[in-house]
Amino acid sequence: MTTATIAAEPDFYHEKTRFKGIFGWIFSTDHKRIGILYLIAIIMFFLVGMAIGVLMRLEMLNPENTIITPQTYNTFFTLHGIIMIFLVVIPAFPAVFGNFFLPLMIGAKDVFFPRLNLLSWWLFIAGGTLALVSLFLPGGAADTGWTFYVPYSIRSNTNIIPALLAAFILGFSSILTGLNFITTIHRMRAPGMTWFKMPLFTWSLYATGWVQVLATPVIGITLLLVTIERLFGVGIFDPTLGGDPVLYQHLFWMYSHPAVYIIVLPAMGVVSDIIPVFARRTIFGYKFIAYSSLAIASLGSLVWAHHMFTVGMSNTGMFLFSLLTFLVSIPSAIKVFNWVATLYKGSIELEVPLLFMLAFIVQFSIGGLTGLMLGALSVNIHVTDTYFVVGHFHYVMFGGTGFALFGAIHYWFPKMFGRMYKKRPAFIGWLFMTVGFNILYFPMLILGYMGMPRRYYHYLAEYETLQRIATVGSWIMVAGILLLIINLIVSLKRGSKASANPWGGKTLEWTVSSPPPTENFHEIPVVTTGPYDYSEYERTTSELT
Amino acid sequence: MEHSHRDDVGSRMGLWLFLFSELILFGGMFIIYAVYRFKHPEEFRLASEELDPFIGTVNTIILLTSSLTVAMSITAMQEGKKNLSMSLVGMTILFAVIFLVNKYFEWSHKISLGIYPQSPDLLNKPQGEILYFGLYYVMTGLHALHVVIGIVILAVMMMYIKTGKINKDSFVRLEAGGLYWHLVDIIWIFLFPLFYLIQ
Repeated sequence: MTTATIAAEPDFYHEKTRFKGIFGWIFSTDHKRIGILYLIAIIMFFLVGMAIGVLMRLEMLNPENTIITPQTYNTFFTLHGIIMIFLVVIPAFPAVFGNFFLPLMIGAKDVFFPRLNLLSWWLFIAGGTLALVSLFLPGGAADTGWTFYVPYSIRSNTNIIPALLAAFILGFSSILTGLNFITTIHRMRAPGMTWFKMPLFTWSLYATGWVQVLATPVIGITLLLVTIERLFGVGIFDPTLGGDPVLYQHLFWMYSHPAVYIIVLPAMGVVSDIIPVFARRTIFGYKFIAYSSLAIASLGSLVWAHHMFTVGMSNTGMFLFSLLTFLVSIPSAIKVFNWVATLYKGSIELEVPLLFMLAFIVQFSIGGLTGLMLGALSVNIHVTDTYFVVGHFHYVMFGGTGFALFGAIHYWFPKMFGRMYKKRPAFIGWLFMTVGFNILYFPMLILGYMGMPRRYYHYLAEYETLQRIATVGSWIMVAGILLLIINLIVSLKRGSKASANPWGGKTLEWTVSSPPPTENFHEIPVVTTGPYDYSEYERTTSELT
Repeated sequence: MEHSHRDDVGSRMGLWLFLFSELILFGGMFIIYAVYRFKHPEEFRLASEELDPFIGTVNTIILLTSSLTVAMSITAMQEGKKNLSMSLVGMTILFAVIFLVNKYFEWSHKISLGIYPQSPDLLNKPQGEILYFGLYYVMTGLHALHVVIGIVILAVMMMYIKTGKINKDSFVRLEAGGLYWHLVDIIWIFLFPLFYLIQ
């Protein structure tokens, strides 16, 4: 792969568009512009969700009332969940980095359906706006928790319908993105890029795309049915009309468990792509990582009822769902071992993106192992609906995907914006974020094991110490996150110009200039080597040893 | 950004993925139907006797014929018979409208009998029947919504044929419209026995 930068060609920020100013962006079908638009929107939603989270933690500083009322607390944990899940972690990787880098990584000029891609963004914005507007409409924000469990979601007088419709629209946007990526990967790979020469991030987007297309409609119809039930009083889930609330839970988790893999698979793909770059080594076990993505996607679709071990289910059902849950851990562990094996004897450069990946591996492993504890039937009964679940969940979603997200931003920032960021503040930010994260969530695991239920407004005095430690952790973490974001924003203007390939990556996006030209590739590249060809480094290290 | 070359295989692939997701959307409702039928077999049987299999059969024949006409329109287009193709799409739309008119009479008949969500008559019935009619209205209603969307899509196809955007060499759009219409048809093929025929 040669560096084919055409100096005279303007980058995509300076392309001539049909419309001027902001309209040149929000009506652009360029996958890179759409990716940037998603990035801006998602960072804003993230900051809102984070602010709500910090306020909740502040409330938990004292066993009795601290700053907000119980009803506000209910709406806060609902909104924190809706925003962080539906508006941040689910779309983050496919929509931001998938959009920006999928075509670049496979040597294509755009995604297969560029206009559909723009439609996805518009739907995303419509759904996000609806979710935020529902906060301020009379009736008050939804207070059901992000899971919208019936019968409460049918009875609650708050603005449930806008929130349900928002989730429905966001799901539609997600389906269209997944469909677009699958088709793109099938049809638009550059000549020579066989399936097993694709970067692993592309593989993970492919697996994710299938989950998006096949799982999202289930939650779409379920939320739509709750909406119809609220609007017209049709009997579907309402127990007074003969409906079965547990059936709702089944349908909800049939999507929402696979959604966990929509969230975490692309993050794993990013880890698999970033580690070889900074270890200067070919990824260990390429095919195992690729196939394990598919295995996680398919097995992960069959484990939904492990969220419902306490609602009443046959013993055979419980046994099967527990067994399948344990099986998912195999492909996940394969990935973790492969990442560690890739680092082994590598020429490691401890840059900020790699630090995020290392934090990912440790935190994701804690999340995964606590997940196994939850998947074990006897332990599950003890810790259901406690802080243990909250801690486990945040270790996977935030300690895993969230950290991978920040790592990905720090890895691809030079390519996306053509500037380098200051490394020292980024390192300090990472340190605060990682330390704060663990101070925040590890006590939750202990609290949950001691019996602290989730979503409670008050708590017993015996939990006070750990609750306070967690709250202090949230402050440290937020300080780190703000430092990271401010550093990046300042670097947009002040950072030194980035070269085409500042990290020495071998995937195709590093062969074009930073930021990439509108057309991506002047000529469609012909691929001859794999995505992680670090043979020149490996030879020198083997000579050294 | 325009594609440098056309890729009909990819376009079809995208459409099929979309159709999968549509099928699963209805699949969620079929699961609900299956669970409730299993819980209340007798009440579901009683409730289904309220439906008129005759009007359901007529509508099934109408939809099947409309699938035939839309398929014929694609063949006609492949052979370059533009006007024939356009009138076949027109016939498909006509059948779709007749289907909706029948549906309208069927629903209004039920409503006149006092069977509609939250009606006093329905609430007096056993829970299995309330669920049956809830599902009946929601599933046939969402199907009818898909028929309406299908009509809009087919109308756009007619316009494309007229302006020449769909022609003898480029008819992937018409195929897409046709496939969507077949989806509407096949969902009905499952709804019809579930609500009208099973005893």
